Amino acid sequence: MDVVLDILLRLAFWLLLAPLLPGIITKVKAWVAGRRGPPVLQLYYDLIKLWRKGVVLSTAVSPGHVAGPAIAWVAIVGAALLLPAGPAGAPLAFRGDALMFVYLLALARFCTSSAALDTGSAFEGMGAAREVSYAVIGEAALITALLALSVQTHSISLTTMLAPPAAGSGAALLAAGLFWVLLAENCRVPFDDPTTHLELTMIHEVMVLDHSGPPLAAILHGAALKLLLFSVLLAQAVLPMETLSPLAAAGELGASILVITVGVGLVESLLARLAFRRVPLLLTTAFLLNLFALLVAWKGGRL
Amino acid sequence: MTNTLNLFIGLAMGLNLVALASSRLPSMIRAAALQGMVLGILPLLIEHDFQWMVGLVAVGTIAVKGFVIPHLLRRALRAANIDREVKPLIGFVPSLLLGAAAAVGAVALGGALPLLPEHAGSLLVAGSFATVVAGFLLLMGRSKAISQVCGYLILENGIYLFGLLLIRSTPLLVEAGILLDLTVAVFVIGIIMDRIQKEFDTLDTNKLTSLRE
Repeated sequence: MDVVLDILLRLAFWLLLAPLLPGIITKVKAWVAGRRGPPVLQLYYDLIKLWRKGVVLSTAVSPGHVAGPAIAWVAIVGAALLLPAGPAGAPLAFRGDALMFVYLLALARFCTSSAALDTGSAFEGMGAAREVSYAVIGEAALITALLALSVQTHSISLTTMLAPPAAGSGAALLAAGLFWVLLAENCRVPFDDPTTHLELTMIHEVMVLDHSGPPLAAILHGAALKLLLFSVLLAQAVLPMETLSPLAAAGELGASILVITVGVGLVESLLARLAFRRVPLLLTTAFLLNLFALLVAWKGGRL
Repeated sequence: MTNTLNLFIGLAMGLNLVALASSRLPSMIRAAALQGMVLGILPLLIEHDFQWMVGLVAVGTIAVKGFVIPHLLRRALRAANIDREVKPLIGFVPSLLLGAAAAVGAVALGGALPLLPEHAGSLLVAGSFATVVAGFLLLMGRSKAISQVCGYLILENGIYLFGLLLIRSTPLLVEAGILLDLTVAVFVIGIIMDRIQKEFDTLDTNKLTSLRE
């Protein structure tokens, strides 16, 4: 019984906290631009509104169009449950769960893009093609980062991997690399503009154009959850929290998530979206940063 | 001490990749200049007790590589009035990956070489190989004359890095001679660039491959 309650509490933490992050980012952007901006809780209102609406389906779609976002959402929630949340640890931890984490995220991406292809619209097919072609390098960067953590801690379980020994030059490289991965995976500004509706430049937004009602709510909530997921991953991959008391560690985790979110907002306000042909170069940079973190972890004590 | 040294050499190795990835000539010049300055500080870190000669070498290197040569290059850029886009023969992503592979290989090679015990823990050899390869990549993979000068500078930085292994036994004259050679070489290349510009109306060295009467 305790186990069930524990998992339910964690689920509530992940699911309820996630929509806050995009709200904070929007608020930071509004603040930098000198506007008042929508309320921080705007995404919660949007989700409730969407959940109450009906679904409008095109005549061309198969049941996969509705199943796609649902499976993607479940996969992201599963990935969130694999990730240790600060001092509380992870509810599901086993040897090799880092691989499971990567594959769950890949499954989510596959479902979103196949649901987009399912509409039969050439426009959404283009978005799906862009998404998966950038994911090739983005995933390589993420896997390299996990590999660096794994070499650093001699473990392939996320709970041990995300307790780094001490901050150093490797941690700095990893932080920079993972931050770029976070921006790319969550379709934030230098890679993709979440607010754009200009067909030439959209990536993620294209794929969700034909979704409505509860499936759209699942996609939006899944995207927010993914942002929280990557922030937690980044914070725990870099900051050593072993020695702190549980309360201090939780505080540190919360503060670092806030810092990352505000950082994303600042990046979005200060940087322009990159031209398409420059995106692979930037993703390769993220990959190389993680590769050098791997090199530092590999050489570890001997350098 | 070794840690600070390795941090600076790592910075120089990162600047190699910045130079390989930069798509505009001014940013490439800036990367090469910054690398020269970073390497200029290194002799001060290697020598434990301060000597005026080593200090002189450091100041000279920083001044020549960080200010004089970039200034000459920028002036050439302005005078020749050329397009600032770099024209890659090897694309940016492949050259970045090649540069990174060279860095990883250099670290592995540096670990395998029989070095003096005092150099065993440092990145000097690895950084030098990686920088030399990055310089060659720039020389081969970019078609504008100015980017080739940057490649030449980075190549020289790699050789300088290797020379730091022998800093105790190299006299000041050699260091000064290298710096002088470098400055003269950049002068000469500047003149050549001027000639190429006058002759062909462009600095694209691909034009030099076809012979004409």
